[in-house]
Amino acid sequence: MNVSGLMSTQILNYVTVGYFAAMVLFFAYLAVRSEKVALAANTLAWVGLLAHTFAIGLRWYESYQMPGDVGHAPLSNLYESVIFFAWTILLIYVLIDLKYKQRSIGAFVLPFALFGMLWAQMSLSSNIEPLVPALQSNWLTYHVITCFLGYAAFAVACGVSIMYLFKVSAEEKQAAGGSISGLTALFPTSRILDDMNYKSIMIGFPLLTLGIITGAAWANYAWGTYWSWDPKETWSLIVWFVYAAFLHARITRGWAGKRAAILSIVGFAATIFCYLGVNLVLSGLHSYGS
Amino acid sequence: MLLEKEKKGVEDAVWDFFCSLKLGISMLILMATTSIVGTVLKQGQSIGEYVQERFGRLYPDGFPPDLTQAGYDKIKDGFESTYRFYDAFNFFDMYHSWWFLAIMALFAMNLICCSINRLPRVLKIVREPELAPEDKFYRNMSNSVELTATGSLSEVRDKAAQVLAKKFAAGRVTEGPDGRVHLFAQKSVFARFGVYVTHLSILVIMVGAIIGVRFGSKGYVNILEGTSVDSVGNRDSRQGEIPLGFSVRCDKFTLDYYAGTQRPKSYRSDLVVIDGGQEVVRKSIVVNDPLNYKGFVFYQSSYGESGSASYRLRVTPRGGEPIEVEGKKGEHVALPGGASLAVTNYVASHQNMGPAIQMHLNTPDGQHGTPFVVFQNYPGFDKKRGDAFAVDLLEYRQSFYTGLQVARDPGVEVVWVGCTLMVLGTIIAFFLSHRRIWITLCQEGGKVKVLAGGNGHRNQPGFALFFDDFKKELQEKLS
Repeated sequence: MNVSGLMSTQILNYVTVGYFAAMVLFFAYLAVRSEKVALAANTLAWVGLLAHTFAIGLRWYESYQMPGDVGHAPLSNLYESVIFFAWTILLIYVLIDLKYKQRSIGAFVLPFALFGMLWAQMSLSSNIEPLVPALQSNWLTYHVITCFLGYAAFAVACGVSIMYLFKVSAEEKQAAGGSISGLTALFPTSRILDDMNYKSIMIGFPLLTLGIITGAAWANYAWGTYWSWDPKETWSLIVWFVYAAFLHARITRGWAGKRAAILSIVGFAATIFCYLGVNLVLSGLHSYGS
Repeated sequence: MLLEKEKKGVEDAVWDFFCSLKLGISMLILMATTSIVGTVLKQGQSIGEYVQERFGRLYPDGFPPDLTQAGYDKIKDGFESTYRFYDAFNFFDMYHSWWFLAIMALFAMNLICCSINRLPRVLKIVREPELAPEDKFYRNMSNSVELTATGSLSEVRDKAAQVLAKKFAAGRVTEGPDGRVHLFAQKSVFARFGVYVTHLSILVIMVGAIIGVRFGSKGYVNILEGTSVDSVGNRDSRQGEIPLGFSVRCDKFTLDYYAGTQRPKSYRSDLVVIDGGQEVVRKSIVVNDPLNYKGFVFYQSSYGESGSASYRLRVTPRGGEPIEVEGKKGEHVALPGGASLAVTNYVASHQNMGPAIQMHLNTPDGQHGTPFVVFQNYPGFDKKRGDAFAVDLLEYRQSFYTGLQVARDPGVEVVWVGCTLMVLGTIIAFFLSHRRIWITLCQEGGKVKVLAGGNGHRNQPGFALFFDDFKKELQEKLS
């Protein structure tokens, strides 16, 4: 685990452990079907989110305590962005939890946040670096927050779509005379899952739109070109096209259900490539300063 | 006759094709997949750069020793023909290629046609709502209720209108010829137009982009400190210089570092705009804070050193009076008594102690002394070295040029209008629902039969909840 001297990084280690425990409990809930286990898992997720929020705020504060005028919002390098991404996923999860109260969803949403936390805490540098001149702009904050809230909504849509595919095959077996058994018993019905997939994307799409626009506005302000077909820009547009296709495909018959779920998973794969693949595989303006 | 009918059939088919949602979805997926090409192949590459890059990937550790000239040529030919193949499809400038623009044009056509096709229907729903529905209208609705109220028709009407106004929105009363009385109210009518606002926004952004390409220009310029320019180079190398119509002077370029580090904190150019012989604007620009004058925007983009640096030192011979010495970096400067000195390097911060130079002293017989460091912020410190001369750094000055990107884009405001419309359009389309409620009253025996129903064009579960609440209130007040 990460051993930088920062208090916030220490707290984030505990948050990671908390999310891991919550995920294990969510899986246990699907197996043993005890509401008590679900409550424990959910409580851990909520407490984790609170500690996570506190740690991000603390890291922000810590950056201003460092010598040499390096204070800035913790949204500037790969480590900070992954930590923030995990935070947005949890945020969207608790909002869904408030609305739908379907605990089984935690088992499919928390892993995304946990993978992010593990990666950040185990192998990314958590040092607070001063901002390079290009990132010294308020647009950075608006751009990152809108993009990642959008990404998180797509992550939830993807998790729900995976659940949908499991649930539908279980329901088909049931219709063929089998009994509904195993882990999918506690899933919401496929109709609710399909609706949640659609609603998550409905929330994510305007956020992604806003994220692309704030990015364009910033680029125009800093470089005088709002669009330059840089790989990151292009991939964000590709993601936008995929979800725009999803939203339109839903209007025509035959594109709800399984195909919508698959398209949602493809969309999230494109999102992850846009977020990480572009930086790790391709080159461009968004190299996170490395 | 038959021919005409067939012809009409073809026209309809073409129109339907351009209106169809299928075309829209296909275009979105086509744009998504083709766009990938330009992110994998570096755009704007020449054949030489491409071949070099491919060789670099093939032999990341350098050419193997057993590679013959013939072998090399064969691989090179292969890469070159791959390049020419891709280039035939404009893959190295794909976002401006005829085929990508054609896909976008088709997409725009689709947006226009489908909107023209559907808007009249939406306008009809909005402008001519059903004001005097029949009973079966309510039966087909998923949210409806039938109840019986006591009192006169006009009393019930007033009470129903009150409930409608309190719980939803003021209603419109229509009295049918058959003595039936109808109330109708609606909310968020504009929610129906969210989709079209979004579609329009894409077209507006495209128009803005076209204006930018057609009437805008992208340039760059390097300005030496203390000099000015009145035209800038064109980033499109096929075109000549871009005249500004005024001139821009750079008084000073400053590179600041985070205290105690070599990390750049800011790049700053002090610019002055001179128009008609007058200084009209003075501004220090940094990255993320450009200068805007007469439609031209100047962005801090790069910098460089120009000429050798100059310095001023105070040199104190052992037991003598201090003298001031000026020189340029790298040159040897003579000192009294035949010795000389040379400053060889400068850093903005050395070991967290601020600006410092590296220098050495040569003895009168030309012997090269050991290099040492002098800190600007610690005068007198060098005496401790105990040499024949003690040195203090008074000033170190490097001339710079500033590199600016210059852009003029008259389409950019149009693009922002489009972006604003897009954000508003998507929010309206996804989160607002056009909701309508109808109430019909008719005398039946000594009582009044009340039919009420409603719908939302989106978020049906939300409307159902609301309607349950509305129904309760109506039942309470009317019975």
